[in-house]
Amino acid sequence: MRDATSGARGSGAPPPRSLQPRAAVPGASPSPARPSGPSRPRRIGRALTPLLWLGPSIALIAVVVLWPVVEMVRTSLQKISSSGVTLGGSGSRNYSDLFDEDAFLAVVGRTLLWVAGVVVVTMLLSLALGQLLNARFPGRRVVRWTVIVPWAASVLMTALIWKWMLDNYSGLVNRVLLDLNVIDQPVNWLAHPHQAMLWMMWVAVFVSLPFTSFVILAGLQTIPEDVYEAARVDGAGAVRAYFGITLPLLRPAILIASIINVINVFNSFPIIWAMTGGGPGHATDTTTTFMYKIAFYDQNVGESAAMAVVNFALILVMVLLYLRASRWREEVR
Amino acid sequence: MKRPVRLRVVLLTAVGWLVALAFILPYLQMFLTSLKPERELTKSPGGYLPTHWKWSNFADVWDAAPIWTNIRVSLTVAAAATLVTLACALPAAYYTARNRFRGRGAFLLLVLVTQMFAPTALVIGIYREMVALNLTDTLLALILVNAAFNLPFCIWILHGYFSSIPRELEEAAFLDGAGRIGALARVTLPISMPGVVTAVVYTFISAWNEYIVALTVTASPDRRPLTVAIPSFVTQYQEHWQYLFATSLIAIVPVVILFVFIERYLIGGLTAGSVK
Repeated sequence: MRDATSGARGSGAPPPRSLQPRAAVPGASPSPARPSGPSRPRRIGRALTPLLWLGPSIALIAVVVLWPVVEMVRTSLQKISSSGVTLGGSGSRNYSDLFDEDAFLAVVGRTLLWVAGVVVVTMLLSLALGQLLNARFPGRRVVRWTVIVPWAASVLMTALIWKWMLDNYSGLVNRVLLDLNVIDQPVNWLAHPHQAMLWMMWVAVFVSLPFTSFVILAGLQTIPEDVYEAARVDGAGAVRAYFGITLPLLRPAILIASIINVINVFNSFPIIWAMTGGGPGHATDTTTTFMYKIAFYDQNVGESAAMAVVNFALILVMVLLYLRASRWREEVR
Repeated sequence: MKRPVRLRVVLLTAVGWLVALAFILPYLQMFLTSLKPERELTKSPGGYLPTHWKWSNFADVWDAAPIWTNIRVSLTVAAAATLVTLACALPAAYYTARNRFRGRGAFLLLVLVTQMFAPTALVIGIYREMVALNLTDTLLALILVNAAFNLPFCIWILHGYFSSIPRELEEAAFLDGAGRIGALARVTLPISMPGVVTAVVYTFISAWNEYIVALTVTASPDRRPLTVAIPSFVTQYQEHWQYLFATSLIAIVPVVILFVFIERYLIGGLTAGSVK
């Protein structure tokens, strides 16, 4: 970002401010000699240059990301028939219907627990895993490759293999536990909400670990070796070096990894959808699966959009609180 | 001093390989399950290894379901989305890395905010939009959605690479008469190749794996990508776990190989793109 400043050339003696074209900054165009008063078409041309380069991105984001946001908020305020026809405004009706759902509070609470639990465990494990992947030992390459696998593989398919391994009747988990005499008859793990939730949280940790560990690993590699040299000379032990040097220097990496993880886990849909479908009833639903069921099972798009808006607000609040708590501006510029 | 060092390496190696095993185990189980004949899948408790290794499952699966169609859909969507993303991200990342201009901060903020949106959170809005545009059940809808949601990551990673290339290099080419685009094509792009490859592979894989939007927007069987088609091997009417996992492996193995290919750049990319 440092060398992105483009004022190096031709800006030794900037023209008086009043003469500068509005949107142009010295050096934005590579013309070596700048006339003191650019003609009108040129001025417009220069103001539009950024649009030429950024236009496609802006258009894509506007059409595919911003439009749905607007559409979602609009839909949440409309009455929509089960066949998708808009029947007119409905004020806050969809929201009050949503808040009146028996499962609503439980679902939101469960979602917050789900996010907190998965992210905390993921971050703790990935701190260790990042350290391991950064250490020198024979076969480190291969270990790194295996850690990548759940990242590259489809989350849905990973969730499905866990569902199969947890199968009541012929799953691997029951087989191993039976052979080890931990249980004496097969357990139907995914039929009990609490057990199902814990297993699904584990799967969420499992698919989150590659990304977070690699961000931590990337962070570790930016710490120069001589900092540790200096600490050793000062007589700091391994533990003190870790808490005094490694962790503080890892802060930006931890921040990035955990924020992206929070967003991903919050929006995680395939794991729960594939493993329990949010059931029995709504007992393992989080906001995303709940939203999906309202839209496509109950055919109530308006209320589902309200759920989506609430879901989005929750993410926003959590990320903002988190950024604030971690004073992110000082850490990441 | 020497002994503890050796012990340390032995310990690290042991832990490392255990971790590797833990990460690979579910996929190993996927592989073993895909090789079992159907009757072994209903045995309780399930066996560890297939008693009869039915390699023909991998041949039969092509007849059991139209997975070739699903693969073609997945490939088309992923490839097209990658092209669109790249076409949008390259100029944006380059321009913002090289120039300061009014609106630069706003643009980068827009990109950052977009990264916070996930298709899952917006799926209702996306669905309503596609209905309005008459794009439901089209591949174009999937291509656009995948391209847009991978755009932020690509811009960040390319922006990081472009910023790290000294502009003097480009200036030299420019003075040699290469022109701005020429300098970009001949100097900057080749040096940033790792970044470009990372962006391409990353976008391709996440489009390949996308689930919820495809589940919501597609309806006809011949427009379903692999992710949407796979669960239908196991429904309340039929349970073909062996085919489900054979198809899963067909979907997973190529992208894992691709991902391993960019592993070393990924670390650099994560440092340059997001941590910086």
